[in-house]
Amino acid sequence: MKFGQQLQRYPHFLERTYQLTYHLFKKLDPLIARIGYDRVDGWLRGPEDFAKRVVFDCHMCGQCILHSTGMTCSMSCPKNLRNGPCGGVRANGHCEVKPEMPCVWVQAYNRSLDMTVYGDELLNIQPPVNRQLEGSSAWINMLTGQDKAVPKAWPQMDIIPLAEK
Amino acid sequence: MNSEYKSDGRLERVLRSGRFAVTAELNPPDSADPDEVYQAALVLSEVCDGINATDGSGAHCHMSSVAICALLTRAGYAPIFQVSCRDRNRIAIQGDVLGAAAMGVSNVLCLTGDDVTAGDQPQAKRVFDFDSIQLLRTIKIMRDEGKFLSGRKLTTPPRLFLGAASNPFVPPFDWRPYRLAKKIEAGADFIQSQYCFDVPRFRQFMQKVRDLGLHEKAFFLVGVGPLRSEKTAEFMRTKVPGVHIPDAIVERLRKTPKEKKVEEGKRICVEIIQQVREIEGVSGVHVMAYRQEELVAEIISEAGLLPRPRIGGPVNNARPRRTHPVNGV
Repeated sequence: MKFGQQLQRYPHFLERTYQLTYHLFKKLDPLIARIGYDRVDGWLRGPEDFAKRVVFDCHMCGQCILHSTGMTCSMSCPKNLRNGPCGGVRANGHCEVKPEMPCVWVQAYNRSLDMTVYGDELLNIQPPVNRQLEGSSAWINMLTGQDKAVPKAWPQMDIIPLAEK
Repeated sequence: MNSEYKSDGRLERVLRSGRFAVTAELNPPDSADPDEVYQAALVLSEVCDGINATDGSGAHCHMSSVAICALLTRAGYAPIFQVSCRDRNRIAIQGDVLGAAAMGVSNVLCLTGDDVTAGDQPQAKRVFDFDSIQLLRTIKIMRDEGKFLSGRKLTTPPRLFLGAASNPFVPPFDWRPYRLAKKIEAGADFIQSQYCFDVPRFRQFMQKVRDLGLHEKAFFLVGVGPLRSEKTAEFMRTKVPGVHIPDAIVERLRKTPKEKKVEEGKRICVEIIQQVREIEGVSGVHVMAYRQEELVAEIISEAGLLPRPRIGGPVNNARPRRTHPVNGV
């Protein structure tokens, strides 16, 4: 956990790493498609779980939005909130449920301020979680588009028009 | 029926007419007796425009909010159906919303909900299938598009005035107005805030809300309530999640002689109502008097908010209720 906490002090570095990995996977997409997404998903699950658990305390929801939430895993919020902090945050910025843990969303907000690439995505409305993807590789779900698949009636794109920023 | 209205309820009409609205929280009974609900509603109905039926607040089990709403609409009262994401998944919630609307409920307040650990049954499984923003958007889709989240059609969509909660008094302070913006974008028509005891902080928050133009997109009702004594204040700010009470207020109650503490707590509440009423963008107050319902009427009266307007009639159903074809119920 210690190593992860050290790394999380550099959200801009982490978002760059994400960006790089994203493009790498996009490049490899044709190859992965030929091998078969399911098969690669099987190979990737373990290493992805390990790497993301060490750095982000990842919960393997299978639809990663780390870059949209200040490079902070929103699923480690005990209430699994994807759209921001609840009203129970303590005065010292710690969690309502686990008093010793800093609120995930307080951290997400602070980190997003240092993120020049994806920082503003904190304002996006995140759709309900697809619980069927739990445990699968988010990178493969990104390639197949499953991580972006929203319930039928949910709007495809959700960005807030703000009067001022 | 005016098609510009999203609901058939009184609260929306009071707010849209530009009047200062008052809502109040009903303390749900630990009982199977409907009379306990009616007794609690009786003292509130004449002094407010909507009665909040809480959904297991503080993660304590009480009579369910949907049942309280059903009892209240049956008697002609205008309830605000509180829905928390803690106990039910998306299937249960969408069904409850339809059921509530069918029973004449016109207002829904969408909440994340206190965690199970805040209550007396911390061993329970927490659900949180939705968060409050996803819940708001889902009910908005049901109302405006006449569909379940899955896309399946509703034969009659619910007509509902959608509410969300806001807590400007806890970190991250800078982000709280943006969080509100998200809720309004997701579908909130009105906002009920957490207890406000810190007016200067609230003023700062509202400044930002106005800068973002949010006060023109939703009606903001400020949460207020009386404190019985400095002990209650101390309990609330340490034990109740999300409640912030400045030292000055606790100190003021401590200095008050014992027999006058309740009166002083009420005084503070009235003063706060009068102060927030002057802030641009505030459309009403939401009175939460836990186990002090008898004070609600006095507070609203002393704050100069009586009589309440009778728009949309004293009852909830602006449109004639369909009667049962067989027994005419």
